[in-house]
Amino acid sequence: MEHIVIIGNGIAGVTAARHIRKLSDKKITIISSETQYFFSRTALMYVYMGHMKFEHTQPYENHFWKKNRIDLIQGFVTQINTGNKSVLLENSHAIPYDKLIIATGSKPNKFGWPGQNLDGVQGLYSKQDLDLLEKNAPNNKVCQRAVIVGGGLIGIELAEMLRTRNIPVTFLVRESSFWNGVLPGGESQMINEHILEHHIDLRLNATLKEIIPDENGRVKSVVLEETGEEIPCNLVGLTAGVSPNIEFLKDSGIELGRGVKVNRFLETNIQDVYAIGDCAEQHEAIGNRRPVEAVWYTGRMMGETLAQTICGNKMEYNPGHWFNSAKFLDIEYQTYGWVFPEKKKKENEVHFHWRHPHEKKCITIAFDQDSKQLLGINTFGIRLRHQVIDQWLNDKRDIDFVVAHLADANFDPEFYRTYESHIISKFNTDFGKSIKLKKKSLKRIFQLG
Amino acid sequence: MSNYDKSMALTGQPPKSLSLNQKFATVLGMIGMGILLLAAFNVSFPNKTLWLTISLLAISLGTIWFSWDTYSNKLPGIKNDGVWFKSISSRGLWGWMAGLALTGFYIILYFYPEYLGQVNGGENKGVIALFDPLSKLLSGNPASQWFVYGTLYTVAILIFGVKFLWKYRHNRYERLRTFSVMFFQLAFAFIIPEVMARLNGHKILNGGSLPYYDLKSVWPLNYYNFEGYRIKGFLSSGDIGFALLIFGILSIFVITPILTYKYGKRWYCSWVCGCGGLAETAGDAFRQLSDKSLNAWKIERWVVHSVVVFVTLMTTAVVYSYLGTDTSKYWLTKSTFLIGVTVLLTLVFGWVMLFKRDQLQKDAQYGAIGYFVIIMALIGFHFFSDGGHVFLFKSETLRKTYSFLIGSIFSGVIGTGFYPIFGSRVWCRFGCPMAAILGFQQRLFSRFRITTNGGQCISCGNCSTYCEMGIDVRAYAQKGENIVRASCVGCGICSAVCPRGVLKLENGPLEGRIDSNQVLLGNDVDLMSLVNQK
Repeated sequence: MEHIVIIGNGIAGVTAARHIRKLSDKKITIISSETQYFFSRTALMYVYMGHMKFEHTQPYENHFWKKNRIDLIQGFVTQINTGNKSVLLENSHAIPYDKLIIATGSKPNKFGWPGQNLDGVQGLYSKQDLDLLEKNAPNNKVCQRAVIVGGGLIGIELAEMLRTRNIPVTFLVRESSFWNGVLPGGESQMINEHILEHHIDLRLNATLKEIIPDENGRVKSVVLEETGEEIPCNLVGLTAGVSPNIEFLKDSGIELGRGVKVNRFLETNIQDVYAIGDCAEQHEAIGNRRPVEAVWYTGRMMGETLAQTICGNKMEYNPGHWFNSAKFLDIEYQTYGWVFPEKKKKENEVHFHWRHPHEKKCITIAFDQDSKQLLGINTFGIRLRHQVIDQWLNDKRDIDFVVAHLADANFDPEFYRTYESHIISKFNTDFGKSIKLKKKSLKRIFQLG
Repeated sequence: MSNYDKSMALTGQPPKSLSLNQKFATVLGMIGMGILLLAAFNVSFPNKTLWLTISLLAISLGTIWFSWDTYSNKLPGIKNDGVWFKSISSRGLWGWMAGLALTGFYIILYFYPEYLGQVNGGENKGVIALFDPLSKLLSGNPASQWFVYGTLYTVAILIFGVKFLWKYRHNRYERLRTFSVMFFQLAFAFIIPEVMARLNGHKILNGGSLPYYDLKSVWPLNYYNFEGYRIKGFLSSGDIGFALLIFGILSIFVITPILTYKYGKRWYCSWVCGCGGLAETAGDAFRQLSDKSLNAWKIERWVVHSVVVFVTLMTTAVVYSYLGTDTSKYWLTKSTFLIGVTVLLTLVFGWVMLFKRDQLQKDAQYGAIGYFVIIMALIGFHFFSDGGHVFLFKSETLRKTYSFLIGSIFSGVIGTGFYPIFGSRVWCRFGCPMAAILGFQQRLFSRFRITTNGGQCISCGNCSTYCEMGIDVRAYAQKGENIVRASCVGCGICSAVCPRGVLKLENGPLEGRIDSNQVLLGNDVDLMSLVNQK
């Protein structure tokens, strides 16, 4: 029986394993050094905040794996021998494979800051990081202030987590506005305001110069590059992005770039070795996507695709329209298609932006200046129906159609106030149009006709 | 986990510590409770009206003050910080103590009301006497243990309802739903029946006496609604009494199916029902304690459906026992009644087997077993019954057993007493026959579903954790599949706590409701159609 060995039990590896099991009877082994069972990495924050216990982050009950004949090994792979097709564990135990899937995910970036390896300096990615945080910042007596370096999704999550324990947080963001390398200005500005509302000391245009230790080698303070200001703190959270976790592959002969180089079939340069998820790097970026996509959804899609290939139905990784979501403190964010920030926007990309006068809600719709075709939608504080937007993108709908049919795309809970009429009147003013809002139609939404 | 602080102290570290305001509020509430406790130990209060008012006000203001301090200075949003750190909401020492106290209260209430001061045929004493002034104001009669319970129950729904309204002030679905349960409890369960009691003996009832009737409490939840003494009461009370009896029958056979078809069982379970109302308000802090395991689901289905079989048999036996045999006196006789029940059950069963078989899979066999048990028993009634005996048991024995096991022990002692241990909906999930019947329809014939939003699920588990019915919502959401489960009461919390906007409760066409539409897990559509092939 063919033996499939998967390194990494995150969403990519586990999805691959589950789908291989659905499609075949092959022997499957998952190796992970992080935890015995699969858990949802994105949910770690809720454990620290007390919303969930760690076991709640595990989507499958413990008996699931045995029942589905997926063998789990808790161990650290130190080496891959592609010649005799085996992986070597830290305890020198060798495991032979017929096909190998590398799904080892990411690790937090460190950019060579002085003091970046001190006690009390940590990233937030793994279960071990969570346990470490519980030690470094159990309460606001032990941790009287935390400094977070890097204004991205993990940074703001870490800030939210620490605030639930009343720990004062200083949040260093290199850019002139939060996450404005991804978000258009209006949205980014709204999140800035929301961060301040949560009593987080947000420092824009601020970069870390160095981390200063105390006499025991623990972090004592950080110094800012721009002002030279020294901020005393007991925890430094390094959240300036992640990069592929592929150190152990250095001498394996597998082609590496930033991540493990793969083609559209997720194959590496070595026969029978594949890579999926955060650690995989496409030779050429697909559409507007990045070559390395460290996103939950893409990990899952790659896992599904590769399972098909491995089970004899060779298939390209062919992601559909881009989508993503996040939550910034209390504000939910969804994005479909492409809405670029001002500095990355192409000249034909026009934005329509509406923001609620006092609530933290806004929407940005990107469309093509000439064809008027919908390019993408961002919403904050308003939920959208994935299926409807995806259909619009497929059908290459124009902006007038999209604005008129916004009610169909709303996915907020029942009885919520809707803002389509405000949005449409702003659109009509901005672009000199007189489009009328179409009433929500169940028939259109569920595509019955 | 070893390095997490599991201190039992009420005053701990954030986010589980109490503020100064919260401590004062707790003391105030405790004073109110203390007055009731003193009264229970027969401390005689000189001015009962005054002390009852002080007590209920102290409890209410204490709770409302506490919640105001908890939520008013925070931005609107999900407020689950520290739920699993707090002893009371994570089965810690305080949780167990609260569970024991509540359980003890229910045991005394149901089986030893004399300790509360209930005196049959004399002046009330103790805590029940304290409630006499309020009872006399409403119905004109002295209080009973049920009046005391009803008052406290209503107060709990109202004050914890206020707490819930603050907690979910950003969510209009939750707010409207909570206003609804608060209204139905106060008006329908508490005030209207008490005021109706004033009419007893009045000439508009032809001098008759109506049984105590909470109009929103539908058979089989209200399992005693068709018992002989109540039927006599209804029929002796003129047109109004007759109308109420008809309403009771229409409630389960006409109103309920129509509303459940349109909106799912949530119209009842989380918008109207009193048990649901308490679970959603006072029980909200415990919703995360429900068991999500596959085993719990298996047990749930057996237990709750067995209760349905039990209540159907029991009610049939009870009604059968008081009907006559002579058609000239009254058209409904023992045998026409049995035939009627048999025909109705056969119609339902036949419809399911013919049209919904594919949705039931192997559960259909269990359904068939349940159906045949009932039918055989009905036939048994006919051949083996004489006088008070029906089948092998006296109908009175069946009735008493049901009332004790299900009506008291299950719905009260376990269902509510164990909130802090098993979560807030133990009764609704494992025991309520009404929920089972509504759920049966919701699963097979209703426009309601929880739609999963394409591929946006990140499997975080907030939905499953906070599902009070123990549904593993995530298991469906992460597959891009809609959630159509018999047990879902439509509280909407899964949708509220979802950080990615994945879940939406909605009513839509039956077609394609259970099999999700071509799921967009994200890869191109051709791939997905392949993955979704069953």
